[in-house]
Amino acid sequence: MIAVVLALALADDWTQFRGPTGMGVSNETKLPVEWSPLQGVRWTVDLPGVGLSSPIVVGGRVYVTATTGVEQDRLHVLCFDAKDGRKLWERRFWSTGPTQCNKKTNMAAPTPAADATRVFALFATCDLVALDRDGNLLWYRSLVGDYPTIGNNVGMAASPVLHKDTLFVAIENVGESFAGAIDARTGANLWKNERSAKINWTTPVLSTRRGRVEVLFQSPGDLTAFDAQSGSKVWSHTDGKYSSIPSPIFAEGIVYSPGGPFLALKPGDGSVERKWESRTLATATASPSFYKGKLYTVDSAGIVTCSDAADGKLLWKSRTKGPHSASPVLAEDRLYLLNEAGATAVLDLRHEGKILATNELNEPMLASPAISGGALYFRSDRKLYCIGN
Amino acid sequence: MNATGAAFAALLVAFSVPQDELKVSLAKLKAVAREGKGNEEAAKAWKHVVGHGSKALLPTLAAFEGADARAANWLRSAVDAIVENADPKRDPVEAAKLEAFILEVKNPTVGRALAYEWLARLDAEADDRLLPKLLDDPSRELRRQAVARALSEAEILLKAVEKKPALDALQKLLSSARDRDQVDAIVKHLKALGVETDVQALYGVIARWILITTFDNTDMKGFDAIYDPESRVDLKNPIPGKDGKPARLLTHTTSEPRGKIDFNTVLGKEMGAVAFAYAIVDSEEERPVEVRVATNNAVKIYLNNDLVFFRNEYHHGMTMDQYVGRGKLRKGQNEILLKICQNEQKDDWAQSWGFQARLCDVLGGAVPFKNITPEVKP
Repeated sequence: MIAVVLALALADDWTQFRGPTGMGVSNETKLPVEWSPLQGVRWTVDLPGVGLSSPIVVGGRVYVTATTGVEQDRLHVLCFDAKDGRKLWERRFWSTGPTQCNKKTNMAAPTPAADATRVFALFATCDLVALDRDGNLLWYRSLVGDYPTIGNNVGMAASPVLHKDTLFVAIENVGESFAGAIDARTGANLWKNERSAKINWTTPVLSTRRGRVEVLFQSPGDLTAFDAQSGSKVWSHTDGKYSSIPSPIFAEGIVYSPGGPFLALKPGDGSVERKWESRTLATATASPSFYKGKLYTVDSAGIVTCSDAADGKLLWKSRTKGPHSASPVLAEDRLYLLNEAGATAVLDLRHEGKILATNELNEPMLASPAISGGALYFRSDRKLYCIGN
Repeated sequence: MNATGAAFAALLVAFSVPQDELKVSLAKLKAVAREGKGNEEAAKAWKHVVGHGSKALLPTLAAFEGADARAANWLRSAVDAIVENADPKRDPVEAAKLEAFILEVKNPTVGRALAYEWLARLDAEADDRLLPKLLDDPSRELRRQAVARALSEAEILLKAVEKKPALDALQKLLSSARDRDQVDAIVKHLKALGVETDVQALYGVIARWILITTFDNTDMKGFDAIYDPESRVDLKNPIPGKDGKPARLLTHTTSEPRGKIDFNTVLGKEMGAVAFAYAIVDSEEERPVEVRVATNNAVKIYLNNDLVFFRNEYHHGMTMDQYVGRGKLRKGQNEILLKICQNEQKDDWAQSWGFQARLCDVLGGAVPFKNITPEVKP
């Protein structure tokens, strides 16, 4: 049984928002460079409702969330077979939290997280669901039911992050705000740390230093690392203006934090060293990526910037057609950047971001894509696409 | 007991034991509580319920009776799994029983609406057969679908030269519709036919208020502060307001269809300020009520001196019914007090100060009341 489960959890799975590393990078190969609605589509399926969440792919299963209803009060978790897009199951829930939000977002904004046997779906209503891979309900939490002052008329979007048997959630809003660690087996709180009552959409990030796992929460007023197991504060950085939309990343011992300025921070024991800062490294909605020692960002004008991660110095820029809501994904020395019109620019990272192709799917898309099994997965408000050779 | 009796008893036991176990499992799904309490037992019970197959469907739908929002999601997902797993040959879902469950209005509304969702998937003719009977249903979901279907039919009638059938259909539909998008569509069609609708009455808008201003909200501290009107509204004696100046009282009646009041126009623009809106309404009987408020500002809603809702959020959008305070109207006189806080943001999009409020039932239909808010002189 254990062997089966391990076999299901392949390295090429895309387990959560921005993949297993949290920075949009995959080791996959033989990914497509060119496609269109009529070329290179392995399969496509209709979705029952809208969503900004990314698809995730684990153990040959694709999980997607969606929301329906005139007030977006119906919440869907769907599971498809990665081979052919056949729907394996769908579970629906009612929202127990408020559904008001900005027109650009919706209640299926956070991306689910999964391992070989379970999937965890958080919605902007703060309904949190755990299902096994066959759709059996393992546990359910109504976080607004638990903490009734939670609220945010703009819409919540931070995704949950899974580490072994702990699920981390960032519930930061105008009401009760907290960084939470939830027992993935039962849904019970493991720890819950108060955060400032400010609207925030950034997803927590895991970092491992000296064998110790920390989870980073970035808010407009601080970037704080908590010990993943105990929840105790390890370090906090407050000398910056941190973004509330693009999330930070952690790579090779450094935290890269989008904001004004963009910061590279090296955590120590209880303190943080500012390695460098950059006022020219601008970000908009897309989160940054770290790939082979370089840092990639996308600004509001659609300009992709490549910088040396060691010192933040600009290496090259490449202009793409925006606007972009999705964060880029990277593999095989290529960067895939989806714009809101459903066109994906494929940049060659070995040649200063030369655009190899721009691939249209001809419908609005705001969700970040996923990579798994030699394919790219895109979702719109209507469809889920598997694009592969 | 003879052999036949013993066999019958055994049969009864064989039948009743699983049913009892099912009841126990459903009870465990309904026993979940805050912060994940009961989840582990519920997870086992969920599998047990779903494992019963389609014979567990109606008991699970019936179990929505008394289930809170948490438990409802356990039950709902179990219903989905039962129907999804049902084998049409060996373990079919019996559509006739689902239909009977839906049509019995004593069954829980949430369970009936969910039963309808599945019946409509199993039986393509269910819409035509059932929806005409559900126009005034206590389930908001069922009523919405029934109104949507009838509205589509009325819109076809609108294309005819003779408008009377469309007019009759729309006027009848207006008493059934509760969801705002449907109400607005009907009102718009009626207006095109030359019929004006009293939208304020339709929505249960509170149009006349005594406005009490101004109190301090510098640095947004006024939200947590308790000002005199929050303890007791005194219409006769002066009370201190912002900067030690006496608070100003005036009666204002809005003619805006949904009852919107713009403080910047009525009271004058102020930043870092709190104003109260106070209304007295008379109800002929005690009844549950929802005080539904829309505002771009931080707000507290009091009903008969009880704080029934609060939200400390500024300038993130104003949508009708966005905030709901639940309570009871007493027979006779009732007091509604709204605390509307404006912050000090300078952005163009952060200047809105005001609100809109109405009294309705859980479906959104206006509750009967008489606004007896007195006139006060500024």
